[in-house]
Amino acid sequence: MTFDISQADQPAMIIDPPHDRILDVKGLDFFYGKTQALFGVDLPVARDKITALIGPSGCGKSTLLRCLNRIYDLYPGQHAEGQILFHGEDVLGTRRAPGGLRDKVQLAVESAPPIDPVEAEGVLRVGGDLARLRARVGMVFQRPTPFPMSIYDNIAFGVKLHRRVSKSQMDEIVEDSLTRAALWDEVKDKLHQSGLGLSGGQQQRLCVARGIAVEPEVLLLDEPASALDPLSTAKLESALVELKDSFSIVIVTHNLQQAARISDYTAFMLLGRLIEFRPSTDAFVAPETEAMRDYVTGRFG
Amino acid sequence: MTLPGNPAPRSMPPRGLLPTRRNDTLFQVVCFSAAMVLMAALFGLILSLAWGGWPAFERFGIGFLFSSEWNPVTDEYGAAGPIVGTLVTAFLSLLLALPLAVGVAIFLVEFCPQRIAHWLAIAVELLAGIPSIVYGMWGLFVLAPWFADHIQLPLLMSVEPGSWLDTLFSGVPNGANIFTASLILAIMILPYMATVFRELLISVPPQMREAAYGIGCTSFEVVGSIMLPYIRRSAVGAVMLGLGRALGETMAVTFIIGNSHGFPKSLFASGSTIASTIANEFTEATGDLHIAALIALGFVLFLITFASIAGARLLLGAERYR
Ligand SMILES: Nc1ncnc2c1ncn2[C@@H]1O[C@H](COP(=O)(O)OP(=O)(O)O)[C@@H](O)[C@H]1O
Ligand SMILES: [Mg+2]
Repeated sequence: MTFDISQADQPAMIIDPPHDRILDVKGLDFFYGKTQALFGVDLPVARDKITALIGPSGCGKSTLLRCLNRIYDLYPGQHAEGQILFHGEDVLGTRRAPGGLRDKVQLAVESAPPIDPVEAEGVLRVGGDLARLRARVGMVFQRPTPFPMSIYDNIAFGVKLHRRVSKSQMDEIVEDSLTRAALWDEVKDKLHQSGLGLSGGQQQRLCVARGIAVEPEVLLLDEPASALDPLSTAKLESALVELKDSFSIVIVTHNLQQAARISDYTAFMLLGRLIEFRPSTDAFVAPETEAMRDYVTGRFG
Repeated sequence: MTLPGNPAPRSMPPRGLLPTRRNDTLFQVVCFSAAMVLMAALFGLILSLAWGGWPAFERFGIGFLFSSEWNPVTDEYGAAGPIVGTLVTAFLSLLLALPLAVGVAIFLVEFCPQRIAHWLAIAVELLAGIPSIVYGMWGLFVLAPWFADHIQLPLLMSVEPGSWLDTLFSGVPNGANIFTASLILAIMILPYMATVFRELLISVPPQMREAAYGIGCTSFEVVGSIMLPYIRRSAVGAVMLGLGRALGETMAVTFIIGNSHGFPKSLFASGSTIASTIANEFTEATGDLHIAALIALGFVLFLITFASIAGARLLLGAERYR
């Protein structure tokens, strides 16, 4: 890639979305141990819209996504600094208690109804709070990851974590989320077979169904179609477009046509920085920055 | 050697290629022979065990398996006592070691800070490296007296005489019994099982863990509902490994099981296993029938081990997933 590093030093070019921000990333730095992977990233995520993250490999798209639900927390040594506001409260809880203990993630209990009112009272373990955060900011990964259980249970499992529902309600939820993930017709006769027996594309839609069954507010997708054939990709895309009525979606993609087809906003990243953020309608025809222009016209990346 | 679809070998090899592929044939032959040697050793063993034990089977018939009379003086041999002892100690030790092993492995993989994990791993390896005779000595000189004084006696005193608990706990209060033998066995198989479980848990794809945490699972839910089910298939292997070791373990058990023939009468009664009986008596066995009976015991132990492996395979075959 022929890229002049000085291009990344310019201030980010951000067109503010005229929408509610469900997530608001401010000045986010991220570190893998001592290696810094994100540098002062700002990213507005508009409510009930699809935001696409694009940029060459290794520019930090996955890293940014993994900050939004703090999945990076599973790995000691990785940490983020800055702010990620979710309902006005910082997801990161970067402030450290005097003893060096990690602060609790305090989610806005008032601004959105907690999933389990009993749990919301009193002080919770960090783990417990993170689990609640992740129930509200769901994630679908690059490789399909069905759980080692039946198709039905793959979906019911996540639901049961957070809500108590009757069998008939559960049946409804399973059918509804599979339908919304455009998978119902293909699996309705084999709900009780293993989820691992599905094709890659079906598995990925199962993961989407599993993700939305928990009814998160935000859905994060990291290159969900990169392992899929074109037909499965098309099905997945149309499912996502349907979903944005009820979810705010952040999707990482390598496929610019895909970003152009389904997203409302596009963020372009380079070398750990967010370079440009604008409505997708003009992101691909009139990028402001030279770097993004080079990227979308295929001059590098 | 030519493979179908390949051109027949030419007298002049194409430029740049070695003239023949004979090394490959040689390689295959060597590997095949290695496999054959293994099979030959296995069948040789089975045959010689069956052959050597034949006089005992011929004399006592099927009763060899069901009689608990083992008396070298009258030349009466029945294997039921050692067989039951073997099964009971192996099963009890698994029962004790399995939850511990799973717990240790989960702690090491999911919760333990890196630095402590290192030391714990070393401790587990050390535990696995201690020779079994040392376990036996420790069992006899340390564990057994302690157990007799602090557990066996108090339990015996506190239960109502004649109740079923009394039956369960009765026995000479010297600490050398079925239960302490199982305890020692459990300690011995614990490190093996913990190590295998740890490897298995590590082998769970990170994406699977992330996906589970990603829909809002707590650690407990991730481990209990995703990771353990994910490895359950191979976990049977870990259990079988422990079982195999518990079935065949000789020295430590011989030290502490009390070595009495016949059925073990309670949890705290002395008994014997197949391996301990063989170890105890082989050097002193003079009568032909006695020797044959011991070899026949070995044959039975082989069958039990074989059955446990076959059982595991069957269980695996019945798995619904993966
Ligand atoms: N686990 C990790 N440890 C150390 N560095 C990492 C790790 N994961 C990613 N990185 C580095 O962080 C940078 C951003 O990676 P990533 O977010 O995966 O990029 P993208 O998803 O845009 O391809 C890369 O330079 C990569 O090498
Ligand atoms: Mg990536």
